[in-house]
Amino acid sequence: MTPDAVGRPVAEPATGSTAPAPRRSARQLQWTVWAQRYGALAALVVLFAYNAIATPYFLTPQSLLFVLLRQAAPIAIVAVGMAIVIGTAGIDLSVGSVMAIAGQVGATLVLHDHPFLLAIVAALLVSALCGLFNGTLVARFGVQPIIATLILFIAGRGIAQLITGGELQTLSHPEFQWIGLARPFGVPAQVIIAVLVAVAAWLVMKLTVYGRHVLAVGGNETASRLAGIPAARVKLLAYVTSGVLAGLVGLIAVSANSASDANNVGVNMELDAIAAVAVAGTPLTGGKVTIWGAVVGAVMLKLLQNTLISHGITKEIAQITVGAVIVLALWLQRHEA
Amino acid sequence: MTTTATPGGTAPRRVQVGLLLQRQGALIALVILVVFGMLRYGENFATGYNLSSFTGDTAKYGLVALGMTFVIMTGGIDLSVGSVVALGGVVAIMVSEHGLLPGLLAGIGAGAAVGVLNGFLITKLKLPPFISTLATLLAIRGLALTLADTRAAVAAPGGFQRLADWSLLGLPVAAWAMVLAFLVGAAVLNYTAWGRQVLAIGGNVDAAKLMGLPVARTTFSVYVLSGALAGCAGVFLGSQNGSVDTAAGQGWELTAIAAVVVGGTLLTGGVGSVLSTLVGVLLLQLIFNLIVFENGRGVINISSFWESVIRGAFLLVVVLLQVRLVRRRSATGRPA
Repeated sequence: MTPDAVGRPVAEPATGSTAPAPRRSARQLQWTVWAQRYGALAALVVLFAYNAIATPYFLTPQSLLFVLLRQAAPIAIVAVGMAIVIGTAGIDLSVGSVMAIAGQVGATLVLHDHPFLLAIVAALLVSALCGLFNGTLVARFGVQPIIATLILFIAGRGIAQLITGGELQTLSHPEFQWIGLARPFGVPAQVIIAVLVAVAAWLVMKLTVYGRHVLAVGGNETASRLAGIPAARVKLLAYVTSGVLAGLVGLIAVSANSASDANNVGVNMELDAIAAVAVAGTPLTGGKVTIWGAVVGAVMLKLLQNTLISHGITKEIAQITVGAVIVLALWLQRHEA
Repeated sequence: MTTTATPGGTAPRRVQVGLLLQRQGALIALVILVVFGMLRYGENFATGYNLSSFTGDTAKYGLVALGMTFVIMTGGIDLSVGSVVALGGVVAIMVSEHGLLPGLLAGIGAGAAVGVLNGFLITKLKLPPFISTLATLLAIRGLALTLADTRAAVAAPGGFQRLADWSLLGLPVAAWAMVLAFLVGAAVLNYTAWGRQVLAIGGNVDAAKLMGLPVARTTFSVYVLSGALAGCAGVFLGSQNGSVDTAAGQGWELTAIAAVVVGGTLLTGGVGSVLSTLVGVLLLQLIFNLIVFENGRGVINISSFWESVIRGAFLLVVVLLQVRLVRRRSATGRPA
């Protein structure tokens, strides 16, 4: 590390030899740091402000709570789990299939007149087992996360379909469907759950040893292991967390639809969740977790879609725009990686 | 391969068995399944209609997986191929009003154009392949659906659909295209400078750069190739079905990755074989074909949902075999 022209040590990889060059790149770096940290939030604020002015009835609780947040909550919950897995330098492609399995297990048990609490607990246990399967492959056997979770991505939907032979099960069980249909204090239950999950995950990442361990393992696994961190257990727990959260969202989806459809629950959820994490500036290389970023990313992408669609732009063009926004977000962040 | 350096005598044989299983395990399984099918289902299985429809069907997955193999060998990944299949099919159907050949070329060209976009994002903007091709996955499906006017794109009867009917020696055009593509791909990988560069980049990108290899250009071209092959698969899909529906090609990227891995190519890049991907594709498709035949006998009834479960289980077995092999190799200190 050599001191630059001004005499302070060069902390950033500023390679310019003339005086103005490093200064400019330093400012550029600051701007990109800002864009990485708050880009998604800024986009959310801008979109929000635009909608508040231009979209009629946008600023009503009906529109905000029951359209935007209700749609974004499932993605946000899955994205929280995904953010932790990505923090360990992993990825979880199986979340959509785990959603389908959990939804089928829960719905089938309730329809066979088992107590609804048992159904929920069983569904979450099965999701935890799915996460354990992923985590074991990654942490104990050293399989690459993409491949390890691809196995359950492929097989999981088949398993979910086999539970009921692929048939649609219609539900009508108010207690079981509480998490998808209830509105305590006038707020959709899934929004409350999403907030609780996000707060809990944030606290765990911020305050507990486990949170520090995730960052250490994702940043440099070998170093973390040498430092005595149980890297395998840390990763295992991350995949189990992601599995349980996906299972929870599977139950929400089934409850909200009043039907359990193994063919369609959770399709493309892995893409939505990864996009939400990436758009908020979390590098997929690991070592960094921003729980709020994942939540903001999920809400922002949903609001972007809804904004475009409510202005008469087709769903397909909206999808192209979302793709472009993800690229833009990555491009803004690329200096930081 | 000598065995003198290793003490103990038995380990090398075990390693060799393991090596054989990793290198040729998929091929061995494929041969076993084909023999099983021929013995059990006789003539119907190995000839005529089944062979023609099986190869024609498999060809699309094969073309996508071939492109994916090259991308993975550079250490990258291309998640957009499923959407490119849809785009290629839609574009081909739209242009095929002006003739078969323009339709074919337009489909491949559209795929290659997406490949150019991916290559640009990855080599020029230096974005990570996983997430940038994820973004194009979303965007290109949106584009394909917009072009198709959000309905299924339907081909005019006649010209374009004839592409699927032509056959030579009992195999459809698509199957020949796949065989040809794989033979050319294997030759290019093993006997051209470009093929060696692909492996060098995947092995160690910094070393490849220091050696003065055109890393950016080669990486770029790999994504263009993958896009073009996926576009071609889309053309065949459109001609076989006469239409491209909104879900066409969905999830194909992951099927292709599974085929590449089952074939024995490591996802870390730097090593791989083109023909083993062909084996992987055939194997995963054959499982489905056998289930159809088994159901046809009427003795048991395996639901088609088992197909994905069996594919997943297969992938699991292959992955665990690879892990065991890699561990043993590092334990005995022998190179691959």
